[in-house]
Amino acid sequence: MSSAFLGFPTPPPRAPYATGHLRGDQSFPEAAHTALDDTQQRRNLGKATATIRGKRDQVADELPDWEELRSAGSALKADVLARLPELLERFEREVTERGGVVHWARDADEANEIVTRLVADKDSDEVLKVKSMATQEIGLNEHLGSAGISPVETDLAELIVQLGADRPSHILVPAIHRNRAEIRDIFLREMPGVDPNLDDDPVRLAEEARKYLRSKFMSTRVAISGANFGVADTGTLSVVESEGNGRMCLTMPETLITVMGIEKLVPSFTDLEVFLQLLPRSSTGERMNPYTSMWTGVTEGDGPEEFHLVLLDNGRSATLADGVGREALQCIRCSACLNVCPVYERTGGKAYGSTYPGPIGAVLTPQLAGMHESRDDPNASLPYASSLCGACYDVCPVKIDIPSLLVELRHQHVEQSRYTAEAAMMRASSLAMSSAKRFTKAQRASRLGRVLGGADGRISALPPPLNAWTSARDLPAPPKRTFREWWDSEDGREAVRAARREAERGES
Amino acid sequence: MNARDVVLGRVRDALAAAPPEPVTVPREYRGGRESSGEQRLELLVDRLGEYRADVYRCSVAETASTVAEALGDARLVAVPGGLDASWTEEFTGRVEVDSAESPVRWLEDVDGVVTSSAVTCAETGTVFLDAAGDQGRRALTLVPDLHVCVVDLSSVVLGVPEAVGRLDPVRPTTMISGPSATSDIELDRVEGVHGPRTLRVVVRVDG
Repeated sequence: MSSAFLGFPTPPPRAPYATGHLRGDQSFPEAAHTALDDTQQRRNLGKATATIRGKRDQVADELPDWEELRSAGSALKADVLARLPELLERFEREVTERGGVVHWARDADEANEIVTRLVADKDSDEVLKVKSMATQEIGLNEHLGSAGISPVETDLAELIVQLGADRPSHILVPAIHRNRAEIRDIFLREMPGVDPNLDDDPVRLAEEARKYLRSKFMSTRVAISGANFGVADTGTLSVVESEGNGRMCLTMPETLITVMGIEKLVPSFTDLEVFLQLLPRSSTGERMNPYTSMWTGVTEGDGPEEFHLVLLDNGRSATLADGVGREALQCIRCSACLNVCPVYERTGGKAYGSTYPGPIGAVLTPQLAGMHESRDDPNASLPYASSLCGACYDVCPVKIDIPSLLVELRHQHVEQSRYTAEAAMMRASSLAMSSAKRFTKAQRASRLGRVLGGADGRISALPPPLNAWTSARDLPAPPKRTFREWWDSEDGREAVRAARREAERGES
Repeated sequence: MNARDVVLGRVRDALAAAPPEPVTVPREYRGGRESSGEQRLELLVDRLGEYRADVYRCSVAETASTVAEALGDARLVAVPGGLDASWTEEFTGRVEVDSAESPVRWLEDVDGVVTSSAVTCAETGTVFLDAAGDQGRRALTLVPDLHVCVVDLSSVVLGVPEAVGRLDPVRPTTMISGPSATSDIELDRVEGVHGPRTLRVVVRVDG
């Protein structure tokens, strides 16, 4: 080591415990129970994920260099994380030189305050919003509301969620849990100026949303967006979308405010050639999404006169400090891992309690916001919200090894917490297994578990603390006899003799 | 310390706590591919069709008649200031030139818009507009309900890397793949929630 010792670095802080939407108020198993009872949602999600899954497979298979693109995407994102300080400074310089104003936010509160101040400075009490994970993560809408500013979501699905006072259930199609009849009812109830004879034809529903939002686009002077990519070497920002509401928000108002996580950089403009192939195919299963906008600072006579960029930490630097877990910061938010996840498909996104649901959310959320601040932190249940089947790793366009990260987080959780059922069981089994006599005794004792098994021989509820395990899983009841008891018994000996006869016949 | 220094300091601390390996980016994916005009044309027409965009093939000499046909029964049409005026010569309705000084609202009364394009990717059916004089400001191709876009086959490339390589990064750029669409209601595709509901691409095969 040649570098000078500068003292121990302080671990960067996580996202604040109670601000924004990085923690639910229920553990995953509790929330999942409620979700599993919602048959409408399960039906809708089943149909949606199966459809998108099929389309994604088709368009990914179409590219003979898909694996090479994945490798390049993964390496590019790893490179960004490895060189983040230098790339962030370059990006800031480029944006500033092209007429943008860069703000930095340590956490959700600081980002919310910056945005709210910028909107208030424009004497605006209404802002347009294009769907953005970052602003949802920090709870910006709620914060603006408390300052007397109304945020208007312009993505159709986000609008449905907002008008329904609901929460999103999917990253990409946030209102997928709603059917057309429910959407019609929400519009009739909540959308000003809606046609009272509205039926539930999707074309008519989209038309009403278009009418309502058009008037907003023509009159609102400030818009807020997220960003899919920020290009370090040119200061270019990019938003990928379908409906045109993104283009509207990015070009019509006088002032544009973009909130972007510090990990969303790509090194150079050319690198967009990789991500513009990976993202649409992984996310909606399209060769390309209908609209992508790219802008660098401000351009006279075209689009907003003022551009503000808020660079958000909110736990990202803490995630970066974990040499293993930092891989989750490569995520480009395509949602492919949600669509292949058997757990997500049945529970839906709300059960995860975070803006980031599904397999990637189960890795990212506990890292951004922590999972051990209290004994029953809901985020501590997220690394267990997976069957570790590996499908999410197979589809991830930037090759994030989500199953291994989940196992690592389970390990960290057990290490950090002295209270988990898993930790208690592991301690008990290591004691039992350290001596043959104790092991035999323990096996006999486990037979007592049979009384807990139902008629189907399955245990669905154990007493505390073991209920932490059975609250989300059934456990087979222990067998009547231990293996050693069977080996020593008459039918055990007979089975061994029969096997031997069988083997001898086979040889002769 | 200000927020900037704090965040950058945290990022440096994080990397010091777990120093990353230097990364070499593998670039084995396809790029710089050569292709024939017929190959690109066939691919582009197929992709645009799948997006439910209408495609018109013509020669440079037939531009005016084809543009007029693509504009259909539009009455008032807006064009960017740098567009070749001969392109709309055979259109019988009114043609107005858009400019940065006109309020965006006037575009609401416009039935359609005619523009050129910067580059087009055949494999994904994507037209790139870069706000040059013959493409206009971004709002022009966004607010009216019909967009007629003229694409020269010589500006069509096979793949995304070839297209991105032809762009000027600092120009405001819009990539268009079919008309505006949403699948938010039970995954039923509906055209035109906010942007143009109809996209007509005029491909000049000898241009």
